Amino acid sequence: MSKPVVATGHFTGCFGCHMSILDIDERILDLVELVEFNKSPINDIKHFTKPVDIGIIEGGISNDENAEILMEFRKHCKILVAIGACALTGGVPSMRNLVPLKECLEEAYLNGPTVKSENTGIIPNDPDIPVLLDKVYPCHEVVKIDYFLPGCPPSADTIWNALVALLKGEPLNLDYELIKYD
Amino acid sequence: MSTNVVTFTIDGVEVKSAPDKTIIQAADDAGIYIPRLCYLKDLPPGGHCRVCTVKVNGRPVNSCTYPVAEGIVVENDTEELNSFRRNIIEMLFVEGNHFCPSCEVAGKCELQALAYRLGLLTPQMPYLYAQKELDATHPDVYLDRNRCVLCGRCVRASIHLDKKNVFGFENRGINMRISVNSNDGLKDTDLTKDDKAMSVCPTGCLVVKRQGYLTPVGKRLYDKKPIGSEIETKTVKS
Repeated sequence: MSKPVVATGHFTGCFGCHMSILDIDERILDLVELVEFNKSPINDIKHFTKPVDIGIIEGGISNDENAEILMEFRKHCKILVAIGACALTGGVPSMRNLVPLKECLEEAYLNGPTVKSENTGIIPNDPDIPVLLDKVYPCHEVVKIDYFLPGCPPSADTIWNALVALLKGEPLNLDYELIKYD
Repeated sequence: MSTNVVTFTIDGVEVKSAPDKTIIQAADDAGIYIPRLCYLKDLPPGGHCRVCTVKVNGRPVNSCTYPVAEGIVVENDTEELNSFRRNIIEMLFVEGNHFCPSCEVAGKCELQALAYRLGLLTPQMPYLYAQKELDATHPDVYLDRNRCVLCGRCVRASIHLDKKNVFGFENRGINMRISVNSNDGLKDTDLTKDDKAMSVCPTGCLVVKRQGYLTPVGKRLYDKKPIGSEIETKTVKS
């Protein structure tokens, strides 16, 4: 029997949730035995090459590229698990949602205290740069998410226990200490 | 002193109480936790948040304001009531701007702890991202309305415990907010950091400055044990 296929993805956030995945320490050896990795920043596979059983995503959706790749994940993954505060709520990047996007960009590139001198700044607008959305969105506002694991980041134990339960087809009954919003 | 005792049940468990108590007081004394947000033992009940709603003989009531009575049948820890409570907590999360990862009160926040206890993995209603005002004018404390849940504990504590009347509510409905009793922010009120009003905020709305992040993660109030376990582990009074 072929191994279940897992993919991981990263959107707008700090990569801390992926650090937390790696924080499962020596259990990573078990993980390699248990599953096959497809698209993931860990193995640097850029595109989906087959259907995926479990997709794990971190980060909020702040630009068109994020949204596009999240939809790719939804298309290829049977089960999609959003992990971490940014994927679940927008997290710290969504603090910009309190300020209109135009003002954010003007502050960063035109008027901010670190802009060298007046009238020299420009707001980047290269076609290669993803276009920012008006707000940072939680993943579930863009596609359907099947499971949520809160935390900033969720602890390695939280991710491990959830992943093992999903691989075994068991319900997710995580201990009290494993569910935290921070 | 009255020796009268009333007997009733909460989720089928027999509870005895003095007749002048509210349901939540009798439940606390009996070691039964009814989830609550705006209620605090030392303050007169506010009846604002509705998290402590229970059913008495099949009808929903505030357990913080409803008196005990002989023979009443109280439902508390049922999936129906807990899902209502979860909805309330979820709405409070999306109405405010609660950024738990960067909040200094995370881990001892009652809103967060209620979400954990009631099994809310994440709010899924759309966030409002409303503009809320921060008042950092006071040298020792600040008021961050982004984190306010309008429980009114500070309002009641300032009046009843501090005898000062520093806080109030203004506006209505979604525009309701905590106001302070001065024209120019908290600095012109007689609030001090040692006031009782400063210790009753369930979230990180009303906070003493320069004390953030003092308790390490893992040792904070709700890191290991759910909110309410302090009531449930209390010795049951005879």
